[in-house]
Amino acid sequence: MSRPMLARLLRSALPALSLAILLGAIFYLQPRTMSYFGLNLLLNLAVPIALATLAQMCVLTVNDLDLSIGSYVSLTACITATWLNDTPILGVAALLACILAYGAVGALVHLRNLPSIVVTLGLSFVWLGLAILILPTPGGKAPGWIRELMTLKPAYVPFPVIACVVIALVVHVVLMRSPYGAVLRGAGGNPRAVARAGWSLLRVKVTMYMAAGTFGALAGIALVGLTTSADANIALRYTLLSIAGAILGGSEFVGGRVSPIGAVIGAVTLTLAASFLSFLRLNPDFQIGAQGAILILVLALRAVIGRTEADR
Amino acid sequence: MKAITTFFRQPWLFAFAAAIAVWIATAAFTQGQGAGEVLSVAFTFATFFVIVAIGQMFVVTLGPGNVDLSIPATMTLAGTVSMKIMDGLNWMILPGYLIAVAVGVVVGVLNVGLIRVLRIPPIIATLSSSFIIQSAAIWYNRGLRVKPPTMLADFTTAKIAGMPILALLVILIAAVMHVVLNRTIYGRTVIAIGQNARAARLAGLEVNRVRFLTYVMCAVFAASCGYVLAGFSGGAALNMGQEYLLASVAVVVIGGTSVAGGFSNIPGLWGAALFLFLLVTMLNTFGLGAGVRLLLTGLIIIAVITLAGGSRSSER
Amino acid sequence: MTPNESVGGAAAPAPVAGEAGDGVRLSAIAKRFGAVVALGGVSLDVPPGTCVGLVGHNGAGKSTLMNVLAGTLTADEGTIAIGGDDVTAGYAIARARERGVRCIFQELSLCPNLTVAENARIEHPSLTGLSWRTEAGRLIRAKLDEIFPGHGISPGAVVADLSIARRQMVEIARAFSQTATPVRLVILDEPTSSLDQTIARQLLDHIRRFVDGGGSAVFISHLLGEVLDISDRVVVMKDGLVVADEPAAHFDRDGLVAAMGSVGGHAAAASTQSRRDTGAPKVAIDARGGGARLTAHPGEIVGLAGLAGHGQTDTLLDVFARAGRTKGAAIVDGRVAFVAGDRQTDGAFPLWSIAENIGIGSLHALKQGRFISEAKEGELAERWRERIGIRAPSVWNPLLSLSGGNQQKALFARALASDADIILMDDPMRGVDVGTKQEVYKIIREEAEKGRTFLWYTTEMDELLICDHIYVFRERAIVADLTRSELTEEAVIQASFRQDA
Repeated sequence: MSRPMLARLLRSALPALSLAILLGAIFYLQPRTMSYFGLNLLLNLAVPIALATLAQMCVLTVNDLDLSIGSYVSLTACITATWLNDTPILGVAALLACILAYGAVGALVHLRNLPSIVVTLGLSFVWLGLAILILPTPGGKAPGWIRELMTLKPAYVPFPVIACVVIALVVHVVLMRSPYGAVLRGAGGNPRAVARAGWSLLRVKVTMYMAAGTFGALAGIALVGLTTSADANIALRYTLLSIAGAILGGSEFVGGRVSPIGAVIGAVTLTLAASFLSFLRLNPDFQIGAQGAILILVLALRAVIGRTEADR
Repeated sequence: MKAITTFFRQPWLFAFAAAIAVWIATAAFTQGQGAGEVLSVAFTFATFFVIVAIGQMFVVTLGPGNVDLSIPATMTLAGTVSMKIMDGLNWMILPGYLIAVAVGVVVGVLNVGLIRVLRIPPIIATLSSSFIIQSAAIWYNRGLRVKPPTMLADFTTAKIAGMPILALLVILIAAVMHVVLNRTIYGRTVIAIGQNARAARLAGLEVNRVRFLTYVMCAVFAASCGYVLAGFSGGAALNMGQEYLLASVAVVVIGGTSVAGGFSNIPGLWGAALFLFLLVTMLNTFGLGAGVRLLLTGLIIIAVITLAGGSRSSER
Repeated sequence: MTPNESVGGAAAPAPVAGEAGDGVRLSAIAKRFGAVVALGGVSLDVPPGTCVGLVGHNGAGKSTLMNVLAGTLTADEGTIAIGGDDVTAGYAIARARERGVRCIFQELSLCPNLTVAENARIEHPSLTGLSWRTEAGRLIRAKLDEIFPGHGISPGAVVADLSIARRQMVEIARAFSQTATPVRLVILDEPTSSLDQTIARQLLDHIRRFVDGGGSAVFISHLLGEVLDISDRVVVMKDGLVVADEPAAHFDRDGLVAAMGSVGGHAAAASTQSRRDTGAPKVAIDARGGGARLTAHPGEIVGLAGLAGHGQTDTLLDVFARAGRTKGAAIVDGRVAFVAGDRQTDGAFPLWSIAENIGIGSLHALKQGRFISEAKEGELAERWRERIGIRAPSVWNPLLSLSGGNQQKALFARALASDADIILMDDPMRGVDVGTKQEVYKIIREEAEKGRTFLWYTTEMDELLICDHIYVFRERAIVADLTRSELTEEAVIQASFRQDA
């Protein structure tokens, strides 16, 4: 096996490896978590985070970065806890409008060649403002069917595990295995070549932004299903979590190198990291810092691997 | 066409015009009541925005992808550390400030180190370091709220004829930074890198050193803001930097700095900072809530960069 | 391995069978870039079953012509006929592909993050359905097996992990593979530059088979042996015109070289005395690919010749990076300044005025006390505006308000106004009008007289005549070391093109 291939293999194994190590450590510290109920508790919040991470990954695929996903998930959560519950038709329409808005932003970024960072930073104000207008004070109520879905108790395997696996596989098939998926990723790797082969880059960008909007909306719905109510600030930290999760899962900032399965693993790892630190009786003050340290550690590892790749 | 170009060459006029328009609208609504007071308060709060925005502007000027996301965390850490070390003692004001500056230098070096060593985009480097800095602040703070030295508190709230002294001081600093940007080798290099980093290197400019200095300077400005803000608001709080990330970027963009890099101006920061604060005041006066305010702020940012950002892309 | 296996009905190598007049015909194609005439009415006929070799020195117009044929550039005049139909109106990439014209571009156009099979899919929109990956893999593997037996490339391999040679092989196989539209004509622009001899041989054999099966090919290479070997006809271009179009058998290598050069030849400019003996060299450096050592003495103008992209710019960048540091074997004794050829990426600061663009090279000299003096900056720019003749009402006008030639003059002024004693020039006069060129040449000579050293990479013969000493580059190495008196166009072309088995 050639060195670059080995390096790539190592890099793609890194997310799964870190998840396995973390899980092992948690089981060791708290054997009781090694049960249906324990896992359910541990991984409950992983579902919305995984969905938000996939949203971020979609934007990363086309070499952009989304700094608005956190407030977007908050907004969709607020819509879910209010309109979707009270007048479902209005709720569905509002969520669809949100997804279309995401696509429009993608078109704007592409047509005017704007830096996605600043556009989405501005967009985060917009989503947050809308969320506050819809739900000025924390409250609302999760629609019953969502609540039921998120608290399903299937036999043998806890729901969050099934949900994460299904989500990861579906996105993997669509993005990594479908014929158009290759074009979508190719547009991140060498846009000029893809355009020269006759594909529309505008369509690619709008597709990926709308996909991000869809996953963001699903994340909001899933989150409300767990928390039963919403507030405008409910998911603000998802912006950072989603970037960290996607990077942890092996996605790159440029070049269209992404991995949906990795992204879900990264999101789960981050969710578990929080529990792990509390099991360690680590001062909760260090939790955020530990997340940052994990991110830097992974990036450092990746830099080392990348250097061997460059050496060939 | 020429006229439009010239207009955008003086983009700070735009920010000031918007600020004045909003102020007049507010004053008209209250029939002139308290208009002077509103302006005085606006200057007080705009001052803090401007301090962080100066640093952010230099970073953004370095070109696409350059932005410092660690500003809020740096503010919090510098505010916390300096307040605790000063412990309310007036004679410690200067050493306390130097410590805040030292915190900024350490953060800046950390940021540049991550960017260079890990070869990651600045946005991710500053994001990751902000986690750690924030955590350090939480750990150091331990929920205590140490009161600032009385002289510092007095200084940050003092006014001459309705004009905050701090604002006057920051206007002076802004003037100095204006000269630094346009009339020093350092400033010229920053602008050159932002327009074309490769050409800057081939023109013999010290690209790496200037990048390093810029990130350190940005962190020092953030730390300084944390210091005075903690003095102003009766001590450091863990969430004191929260709104300053978005605000710093918003002020820079609305102030007429090109997010594509290589084109920026200091006066616009004042115009934009005043505008942002006066907008809040106006919407409050009209009885509109935080939701509308955020919505408008976001739309304005997007509109401004859509109008200003596109012209560059067609050249490239 | 089973080459040439017909897979899924998609890969059957059945290039359109042809009758006479059924091929690709370009007639009187003209193309101008601003004031520069790139193509001055060129006709090229590629009938089915023919491989046309296309040769010419830098700036002859080969690439422009091929870009017109591939649909990436639109011709100003002339007609394009494919298979007997006039397709000139609305001719673009999509139309070219529809008509079976494929192009292997010099820069790689694969997506590095995708697998080999996925890259095939990007090129073939008709590969859909559930088993598209298998189909795409089979398609590309069959073609690779056919062209490069024993290639060792898996369709599932990620392109970024492949060596440059293997990427080139994938690119070639992809261009020859066909699904919905048959492949009629393949343009190969320096396809063998990154391939070793065995692989290159396999490619040449395949082109031959393809052509014998009724396809057409246009083959561009700096390896004249290859061109003569593979082509049925050889077309020689010079200065945007076809100067020879004859069966390959009528040429030999020397004949081709002679045809590429000018008939009359340029009279060598009045010779000046060599400066070689005067003291220690200012620059002594090896090219990245080895060969003779490049040295430059004070007051010398040293030319870096050869075909574009053969390592000249890299050598200039190496000199730039080593300025003031005598590290390793290279000597760069003095301060250097760089004059960019590619203004957009290497030289211009697009938001600045002319004065700021000139002054950025001499910031220390512009200081008055601690600060840069705008007055001094203006004076400096004004001085050079007059000396080098930048046509602008004011030096405070934006750089981009100038014409291309005048922008280039401003970049020259930046380097010459600086205190550098070694000036590196990266083919800066490309596409500049003749008048401007003459003005700049004069100033270069004057500055050299004053003792400055010039390293001048140029793709134009006229400019080499100004140089005191010329090094010819080929494949990143210095393959010829010519003094002024030894310089002829033929000598440069001889060295630039390689004769091989």
